[in-house]
Amino acid sequence: MSDTLLRFSNVTKNYYGNIVLENINFEVHAGEIHALIGENGAGKSTLMNILFGMPVIHSTGGYDGDVIINGEKTLIKSPFEAMDAGIGMVHQEFMLIPGFTITENIKINREITTPNIVSGVLGKRLETLDMIKMDADARKALDTLDMGIEEYTMVAGLPVGHKQFIEIAREIDKTGIKILVFDEPTAVLTESEAQNLLAAVRRLAKLGIGIVFISHRLDEIMDVADRVTVLRDGQHVATKDVKDTDVVEIAQLMIGRKVTLSRVQSDKRKISDEVMLSVKNLHVAMPGEMVRGIDLEVRKGEIIGIGGLAGQGKLGIANGITGTYLATGKVIFNGKPLPLNSPRSTIEAGIAFVSEDRKGVGLLLDESIELNIAFTAMQIHDKFLSNFFGYKVRNDHEIRKHAERMIKDIDIRCNSPMQNTGSLSGGNQQKVCVARALTQNPQFLFVSEPTRGIDIGAKKLILDLLLKLNEEYGMTIVMTSSELAELRSICDKIVIICGGAVEGVLMPEASDAEFGLMMSGSRAHVRGNDK
Amino acid sequence: MMLGEENKVDFSSKGIMPWIVDNLVTIIFVVFVLWGFSVSKDIKTYFFLSELCNRIFRNSFLVLSLIIPVLAGLGLNFGIVIGAMSGQAAILLVRYFDIGGMGGFLLCFVIAFFFAAICGYFTGKLYNKTRGQEMIASLIVGFFANGIYQFIFLFVVGAVLIVPATHPMIKPDGVGIRMTVDLKTAEEGGLKYALENIYKIPFIQAILIIAVVILIMMVIVYYLNVKNGQAHKNRPISFCFNAVLCIAAAVFSIHVMSVTPKLFNTVYDLNIVAGSLNEKADIEEITSKLKAIVSELNTEAERADEAMAPKFKAVVSDITSKVIPNLDKPNMQRGVLNLIGSSATKLNNVAIERSPNALVANIAQVTTVPVITGVFIIALCIFTMLIMKTKLGQDFRSVGQNQHIAEVSGINVDRTRIIATMISIVLAAWGQLIFLQSVGTLNTYGAHLQIGMFSVAALLVGGASTSKASVKNAIFGVILFNAMFIISPEIGKSLFDQAMLGEYFRSFMVYGVIGAALGIYVWKDIKKSKLDVE
Repeated sequence: MSDTLLRFSNVTKNYYGNIVLENINFEVHAGEIHALIGENGAGKSTLMNILFGMPVIHSTGGYDGDVIINGEKTLIKSPFEAMDAGIGMVHQEFMLIPGFTITENIKINREITTPNIVSGVLGKRLETLDMIKMDADARKALDTLDMGIEEYTMVAGLPVGHKQFIEIAREIDKTGIKILVFDEPTAVLTESEAQNLLAAVRRLAKLGIGIVFISHRLDEIMDVADRVTVLRDGQHVATKDVKDTDVVEIAQLMIGRKVTLSRVQSDKRKISDEVMLSVKNLHVAMPGEMVRGIDLEVRKGEIIGIGGLAGQGKLGIANGITGTYLATGKVIFNGKPLPLNSPRSTIEAGIAFVSEDRKGVGLLLDESIELNIAFTAMQIHDKFLSNFFGYKVRNDHEIRKHAERMIKDIDIRCNSPMQNTGSLSGGNQQKVCVARALTQNPQFLFVSEPTRGIDIGAKKLILDLLLKLNEEYGMTIVMTSSELAELRSICDKIVIICGGAVEGVLMPEASDAEFGLMMSGSRAHVRGNDK
Repeated sequence: MMLGEENKVDFSSKGIMPWIVDNLVTIIFVVFVLWGFSVSKDIKTYFFLSELCNRIFRNSFLVLSLIIPVLAGLGLNFGIVIGAMSGQAAILLVRYFDIGGMGGFLLCFVIAFFFAAICGYFTGKLYNKTRGQEMIASLIVGFFANGIYQFIFLFVVGAVLIVPATHPMIKPDGVGIRMTVDLKTAEEGGLKYALENIYKIPFIQAILIIAVVILIMMVIVYYLNVKNGQAHKNRPISFCFNAVLCIAAAVFSIHVMSVTPKLFNTVYDLNIVAGSLNEKADIEEITSKLKAIVSELNTEAERADEAMAPKFKAVVSDITSKVIPNLDKPNMQRGVLNLIGSSATKLNNVAIERSPNALVANIAQVTTVPVITGVFIIALCIFTMLIMKTKLGQDFRSVGQNQHIAEVSGINVDRTRIIATMISIVLAAWGQLIFLQSVGTLNTYGAHLQIGMFSVAALLVGGASTSKASVKNAIFGVILFNAMFIISPEIGKSLFDQAMLGEYFRSFMVYGVIGAALGIYVWKDIKKSKLDVE
């Protein structure tokens, strides 16, 4: 095909010996909409970081292979060089200043100015803004997108869909824009807003702009894209013409057969029929992980997995029930209603939470391991305290004894119980978090992203530990994770969350395609086709 | 006062409650001042207006210097005390070499510019290092700079730089500058009233001029907006409201001028003569001025009825027989001055009797307005408004609204913030010069101490916050804050019979305002970031 605007040829990138992209070949033609798809961590963002010359790439030793723009091999060293080369990005998080008008946002740091008396002496920066020309330019960009809104409207208070369009308008206002990257543009939009956006994307492609469309919504890709490239674990899996493929195939390619952690099952487990936790219509206001009405039932002794793509709300569930974020709904635990938005009563009821935010919520980084382990139990359950003339005093001796036992039991690698948790490795930090949760003697455990940022060996240990807790102590566990493989290795069933709601429940043995379709929210669509 | 009115226009769309919350501090002050007026019966309107007028012209420049850092996201720059110290250092230097008059004052401006620019650069660097904590950093760096300032002028001058102990500025032991330094009048080769005394006009004329100038500017801006297709920027309702206010002010002042007895002008002339006598001006000139006054009074006496005529004649005989012959005798000067003073008082009383009502009489007795200082302040207002319409100003706003987005868009955030700090501190240095020439004496180790707090409080009273400020906020704030300052001791006097109580109360108000404004700001921020379930 002619008119190749952008080509990655054999691009490889590693972070400190850890290969995150391997021999990627990827090209975009003028006027083409090329979808890029892959699970979290498949390498989409790294690829785009290379394209935009982000500092994170160059400070970690650059990349191998070539990026060819307009037929010329180009090394982009900073986002500004990318801008000069005609590459634009529509961010997932809006880069808009709410207190500015649309024009001011579109023209930020590219304002049109006219010289005046003072600027002649003191330099260009004192030239007067030419608001009339700026407004005209903004108008033109908005008209290209078929947006009727006045260019002098303040951005604050506009609906999300409009903000997205302003981002796009800013990119197309930049002179000589050739390649435009959309990073999950519809993730935050309503159905009709998304339709408008897709129409705008098509219109831009007709103008001859090459478009890279990153999305996990398979229907959308089928709808708008010309070709689709699938990445998985840093590998280039396939590039296909959209008309030659279907949703099921793409889903299968996206999930693929991975090295699964072998699934161990023992007979000692007993799952009773008694419902331990019942959640009705749960809404959680966790930024970026909004939960919009979830029903869930967990039986005693079960290990339930919660899966889904990032930003769909799976992390919000545990955070909402345990009270770290504002939540509404009805939760019944052990037959009694559980008050929401009160971390204290959750812990008192016997629920422990190992947070995904290890360094923020999970640990006191500047305190010792032993204090971290004992902290919650001490605060809530009055453990490790001795009575000293009516004053409660911390019993350091008991804390030490308990910490040493924990360190031995779950194998925390450290110099002494007095070491600060901030100096531990990720895996050992996670074990301290688990140890702290166990010290509360919980009947019920929420674990979020237990293996995030942990090397493969430590991952196995953590998962084995969870399994052991379930087998030996009958602890009921709800594990939230972005890694499907680890959910499939220990969970009894896996709840897939999409768009803040339960998309469906799958058994761990279900096929890749089923998982792929459900995670991208396309299952209903396929079913509709079947009928 | 119409300058502040624009804050109060559009609450139709948002409802009244958010509007009250937004302007809570301002509303408290307006209510307080009005209440103060109603309870303190002794306060004379002309005294209040004179004091207010003086204070506005002294302080506006300093308050205006705070606006740009607020817009650039640096918050309230308490660091303007560093600028004030730079200004004082410049004045001390110029005063030491006895360079006086307008030339000396302009030299102060130049020297202060360099001192303040250097200090501002380093202060800006500090703010960049203490990102997010600029306000507390600015407060502390002010104290720190005060230490250096004291070290230099209490110790280095004299101990390191050898200066003659006989110099009137130097302490008798030859080390350090005196606690208070007299700046000497401009005529004597000093800096006192260097700007103020160039040209003065009566208060009511100043009101007329300001009202007309604002009206003309508003019309021009309105017209330009329409002509350039930016009509959406015009707010017809607030434009009409402000225009009506301006016209009303103008009509009122013209009316007052036409009914004010001419005799007040004679009183004014007499006071001028007394002033120039103080400053050892040319005796022949004074004599001719006095003769002109005498002839005016004679015509008045002829026109006056029988009860009044003797009063004029008495004054005339005092001046011709006792004042004019004794002008050149130095030992008689005190007596001469007293006589002129008492003549002026007598005439003033006659003029008050002749006034159609108390308001006219009060306004006629308000002090005169220093035109050049006013021009400086208006120039700074226009400068602040214009710079925000340049690329640099737009960068200030971008950086102020979101540093991250500004950085990503390629704006040099650190440099922009340093420029904003430098502008603020240089303006504060100049503001302190204007303040000091108006006061006339320099309290070497105290004049700058309260500048930061008071200016910040004034700006906040005008409706600004740590992230939003405008020229309107500054001017309105200066007026309202100083009104509170004048009225407080009066309230103490009339309610508790103790002026001191009122004075305690006003320092409580200063810190209360700053605390309340910061509290409201944080509260709003929390309210805004509060999440809701979907």
